Amino acid sequence: MGVAEPKHSYEYVEGWGMTSGRHARVFRPRDVEEVQRCFALAREEGRSLTLRGTGCSYGDASAPTAGHVLDLTAMNRVLSIDSERAEADLEGGVTIEQLWKEVLPRGFWPKVVSGTMYPTVAGAAGMNIHGKNNFKVGTFGDNLLEIDLVLPSGELCTCNRESHADLFHAAIGGFGMLGCITRVKTRIQPIHSGEIEVRGISCHDLGEMMEVIDGLTDQADYLVGWIDCFAGGDSLGRGLIHHARYLPPGADPEPERTLRVDFQELPGTILGFPKGEVWRILRLFNNDWGMRLINALKHQAGRVEGHKGWYRQSHAGFNFLLDYVPNWKFAYGRVPGRGLIQYQMFVPAESAHQTFTTALELCRRRGYVSYLGVFKRHRPDPFWMTHALDGWSLALDFKVSPGGSEGLWKLCEELTRIVLDGGGRFYFAKDLVLGYQAMARAFPPERREAFLALKREVDPEGLLDSALFQRVFDERGGYSAPSPVCAVPRRA
Amino acid sequence: MTVTESPAVVHSPGAPPPDGPLCKGRAIVIGASSGIGAALVRRLVADGYRVAALARRGERLAELEQELGEAALTRVHDVTDRQVVPVLFEDLVRGLGGLDLLVYAAGIMPKVGPQEYDTEKDVAILETNLCGMIAWGNEAARLFGSQRRGTICGISSIAGVRGRRGQPVYGTSKAAMDHYLEALRNRLDEYGVHVVTIRPGFVETEMTAGLGLRGAISADQAARGIQRAIERHATVRYLPRRWWLVAQIVRSIPSFFFRRMSI
Repeated sequence: MGVAEPKHSYEYVEGWGMTSGRHARVFRPRDVEEVQRCFALAREEGRSLTLRGTGCSYGDASAPTAGHVLDLTAMNRVLSIDSERAEADLEGGVTIEQLWKEVLPRGFWPKVVSGTMYPTVAGAAGMNIHGKNNFKVGTFGDNLLEIDLVLPSGELCTCNRESHADLFHAAIGGFGMLGCITRVKTRIQPIHSGEIEVRGISCHDLGEMMEVIDGLTDQADYLVGWIDCFAGGDSLGRGLIHHARYLPPGADPEPERTLRVDFQELPGTILGFPKGEVWRILRLFNNDWGMRLINALKHQAGRVEGHKGWYRQSHAGFNFLLDYVPNWKFAYGRVPGRGLIQYQMFVPAESAHQTFTTALELCRRRGYVSYLGVFKRHRPDPFWMTHALDGWSLALDFKVSPGGSEGLWKLCEELTRIVLDGGGRFYFAKDLVLGYQAMARAFPPERREAFLALKREVDPEGLLDSALFQRVFDERGGYSAPSPVCAVPRRA
Repeated sequence: MTVTESPAVVHSPGAPPPDGPLCKGRAIVIGASSGIGAALVRRLVADGYRVAALARRGERLAELEQELGEAALTRVHDVTDRQVVPVLFEDLVRGLGGLDLLVYAAGIMPKVGPQEYDTEKDVAILETNLCGMIAWGNEAARLFGSQRRGTICGISSIAGVRGRRGQPVYGTSKAAMDHYLEALRNRLDEYGVHVVTIRPGFVETEMTAGLGLRGAISADQAARGIQRAIERHATVRYLPRRWWLVAQIVRSIPSFFFRRMSI
């Protein structure tokens, strides 16, 4: 045989939002041969394989069906960093955290990062993630130069914009349905300081927020809006924009100090509490009244911040807002089945204002107000199953509790219709609610067909599978997926 | 692709609850053929658990299986055969339809002469008492951590409290086990997983037969105490509980005296 059996264990595997999951065998291959061996083992056993990185997709993109899971996190070597050409060559299981810690001391920052530093680069490529600079630099995929893909047949295929361009454009954003991304080569951003210049701009309503952001896109490096979803009427869509820009050479008097990893570390305590325990405090506020209060306070704090002008913040501090409170999702509940979904709508610029206004009003009317609203500007990219478009996105976090999610799912179905009427799209890294019919409207039929044809070609046996794929590509599916029926396991 | 049997679904959309209304929980007990382990299996089954009972001695297990019927699933397993643990663990959890509790009760205490320093024998003790615990504990830790629920229980011993002259390596194995379990507890607390360390004092079992222990409790009494400790999420529990005091006293004896004592 010659090839070592890849290590595996039996675990509960769920989406980041914790609302659904199942037990599965999880393989953790350490190199390409072991990845190939995983495909062979799955084939021998007649089981499917679900690809997974650190499991940061909110929904079910890395949640298994009845088969095994291939977890790429043990394949996490940084292969090379080319400072001359500003490129990084990485194994698929390298996380964004590893990447920034590796490149920062050399004067670089990843081109695109998510709001958390924990995703793997293979996951980031497979889901084609974006950051707060999507309007400027595009998605994660836009900044990739090359990927290595292990196809279900075991063949190792190097794809870029010239060679195997179809696979390159389909596998990026192809949510792990075409092959396992074992290596990515990405551009990195030269920076002249470990700090970034930030200012807050407080906005009274959604219209103002959109106007301000649109007015800044040609001068900003990052733009992100936070929205208080509890506010209605004239204040609907009120919130705070964070506008950030890289420092020019010379603006930082001591870059050798700020370009160090320890300068970037997030604070160990929050308001005096050890940060590992803060989710327990957040849990006390994890209800409509508590969150109404927190959102209102945050809006007032934002108004103060708006007067403060420019200030400097570390790159990690600015980008990885979601990592300040470890396990903050446990504030939504820690028992599997309790958790959250993030419903993110992508809407073309021309219909965005109308669509989001209707959507936010509808949420308030139905009594499901998002505890966190995040607003971003986007631009299109060439990937087949991409969510990116010339427009805007609004991400809403909703609490899910066992038995209580039916109304929420109904609301999401209504929202989905509104978004699709506005010509909008969805993002598989977040989604947990779309059914086949909604997906069929969201993505152009020729792209969908081409994607499925390519999947049949490289994966004729359907070895690669996921709960997401079954949900959105099963033609028997309706407009929205069934809400999770959570049989919360009883305590022993 | 043909999808074979569906593994234990906990709460995928539309999935039924994994266990019937009568199942109180699902447990794996390693070292179930005699002593505390066997007593605990009987107790858990009587209490409504589905139990997988593992032991080295097949004939003992067969007796247990006959006695308990369908509520207990039995497997012959030698804990020194660590290679098979991941697959066996998966198999058992699938068979039980999930897992809530893992009890490691396997342990050996061979007679050791006062001037005996037999490395092979000593390593064998560590293999059974410690390495087996780690092999099974690691599997359970991953599963319980990922499902954010479950209890790991290790049957340690009062012998781990001090390094006594009679059983250098048995004591070492139990002290190391305590250390391992404490570390697991600290790791897994955030994920809602409980780790219980049981330190039995004198319990009448085959292992302790012929030692002439005074005031020993029966294995059944010990099992009852263990079940209570598990249900109450105890961290470290002495059995009988008065041994807590004994342990404190033994611990506080200065080395200068301790080395001259015959305990």
